[in-house]
Amino acid sequence: MSERFPAVPAPAAELLPPRPRRRFRADRIAGRLVPYGLVVPAAAVICAVLGYPLYLLGKLSLEKYDLEQVLTRKGVWVGAANYTKVLGDSEFWHVVGRTLIFTTVNVSLTMVLGTLIALLLAALGRFMRLLLTTGLVLVWAMPVVVSVNIWLWMVDYEFGVANWTLSHLGLGSFRHHDWFVNPWSGWGVITAVVVWGALPFVAITIYAGLTQVPEELVEAAAIDGAGGWRVFRDITFPILKPIFIILTSLSIIWDFQVFNQVWLMRDQRPTSDYYLMSVYSFVESFKISHYGLGSAIALIMVATMLVVSFVYVRQMVKLGEVR
Amino acid sequence: MTAGTPVAPAPSAPAATRRRVRLTAGRRKHGRRVLINVVGLLVFAVMVFPVYWMVSTAFKHGQDILAYKPEWIPLDATLANFSDAIHRAYFWDAVKNSLIIVSSVVGLSLVLAFLAALALAKFRFYGLKAFIVIIIVVQMVPLNALIIPLYISFSGVHLTNTLLGVIVTYMTFVLPFAVWTLRGFLHGVPKELEEAAMVDGSTRFGAFARILLPLVGPGLVATAIFAFIQAWNEFIIAYVFLSDPHRQTLGVWLAYFTTQRGTDWGPLMAGATLTALPVVIFFLLVHRRIAFGLTAGAVRG
Repeated sequence: MSERFPAVPAPAAELLPPRPRRRFRADRIAGRLVPYGLVVPAAAVICAVLGYPLYLLGKLSLEKYDLEQVLTRKGVWVGAANYTKVLGDSEFWHVVGRTLIFTTVNVSLTMVLGTLIALLLAALGRFMRLLLTTGLVLVWAMPVVVSVNIWLWMVDYEFGVANWTLSHLGLGSFRHHDWFVNPWSGWGVITAVVVWGALPFVAITIYAGLTQVPEELVEAAAIDGAGGWRVFRDITFPILKPIFIILTSLSIIWDFQVFNQVWLMRDQRPTSDYYLMSVYSFVESFKISHYGLGSAIALIMVATMLVVSFVYVRQMVKLGEVR
Repeated sequence: MTAGTPVAPAPSAPAATRRRVRLTAGRRKHGRRVLINVVGLLVFAVMVFPVYWMVSTAFKHGQDILAYKPEWIPLDATLANFSDAIHRAYFWDAVKNSLIIVSSVVGLSLVLAFLAALALAKFRFYGLKAFIVIIIVVQMVPLNALIIPLYISFSGVHLTNTLLGVIVTYMTFVLPFAVWTLRGFLHGVPKELEEAAMVDGSTRFGAFARILLPLVGPGLVATAIFAFIQAWNEFIIAYVFLSDPHRQTLGVWLAYFTTQRGTDWGPLMAGATLTALPVVIFFLLVHRRIAFGLTAGAVRG
């Protein structure tokens, strides 16, 4: 792709003396409005379906909005009561801690394994690379409801392939082992689903970046006697840093709000051992109709994410400006 | 395995040693290649196994599914599970709803996104940068956090339990990415081409229709398929908004598959296979563009 700088010719054209032809002026004003006309439909939809709900979320979080208010459609203003209630609840802090640990573990696993697979892709020959890429794309394409059901079937306590395999690898008896009785192993399964589903995107994106690292640099380093790790640390990683920043922040944002996997793996009625912030907020609002309280939790999530997305947005804007 | 520098001692070494050095170096290189391929196969197997297990279970007989010892390869395959799945209640309703939702989302979001992308890529106007930032920030808003206010405001205007409500919501979540991707494609079209067309007496619209549109065709296809995949795979909005079983999408239908008697794994895996199939096909067509699209130009900076 050839880099051009559209800004250069543009001012030159504007510097030309304005032609004193009247009938073009109206045209030109109309011309100025064209981009706004083009943007308005998309902007309007985004404002209506994202902007307004965001405002409403803030409003709801300051209201008592239970079943009664759902029927009358009018919340009762309670100020910061929802927040003081949530923040003073030890259960909430448990959930926050669990969510942070879950996010950290999942993001780390995804990024490390994704990078390793990307490096593997780069090292493989053409046929094997095509095979592995196809496999990754296959996994990437799985709808979340589908992948959850696959994994539930694999770890089924009676006929699951996981229990049979582990028993026959001599790791002890896993016959009739229910993975979700112990929350730690239950979270292990959920982590496996999330990471398994997230790996293809990360691996393929990093691989796409790897192909753009100038080969001369790597070769030169290799001639100078740098081993694989040195090459990665001192050449590949610095060049791909923008990609790593974007992928890490995206992964944090996605893993922080994981809901479907937990909800579906726990039969749509998780016990409190399986609450993440998203699940907690959902249960509070849709199961026991405390929409105000649920909104307060959701808004705390949004605020946390804003901090993370700041890093991402800055990186993207930087890239946008380069163009 | 650090390969050291086996070439270094060669110049001073006698011929025999030199040959041996070259031989071991060659063998070591060969060994490395084999090792990498083995690791590649292993990773492939681990990643693909769950998908394989779904498909193979879908083709198995009931007694082979409910057996403690797994049947690794279903030698006498059966279609009974598939026929069971598609004859379940609401399957065809779900297929129909999913198709309506997906095609509307794709069509509408393509038109809106293309117009906005045109403005971002081909015009300089006051507020351009602000709009770009909004487009990026909006992608970061957690959908799950918005489901409460979305549900409450949609039920206020009687849009819950209608496909329209779901369509509008999906469209909003597809738009930012679509605008961003199409903008990249439109950037790639040289201005000279358009100008040449205009000099030849074409209007701005003519230039757009004859020059720009064919050139961004691949971008439009990629974006359409991205929208397709998003709308097809989404779960929670459909789950909360569409409570009437006649209005459910395939994903929600699948989530309600489990019965009180325990799970019917065979038909469930057949249903899951059918749900995943359209996405797999489309994904294989465009995955490269999506991966490149998200981080396009990330390295060039």
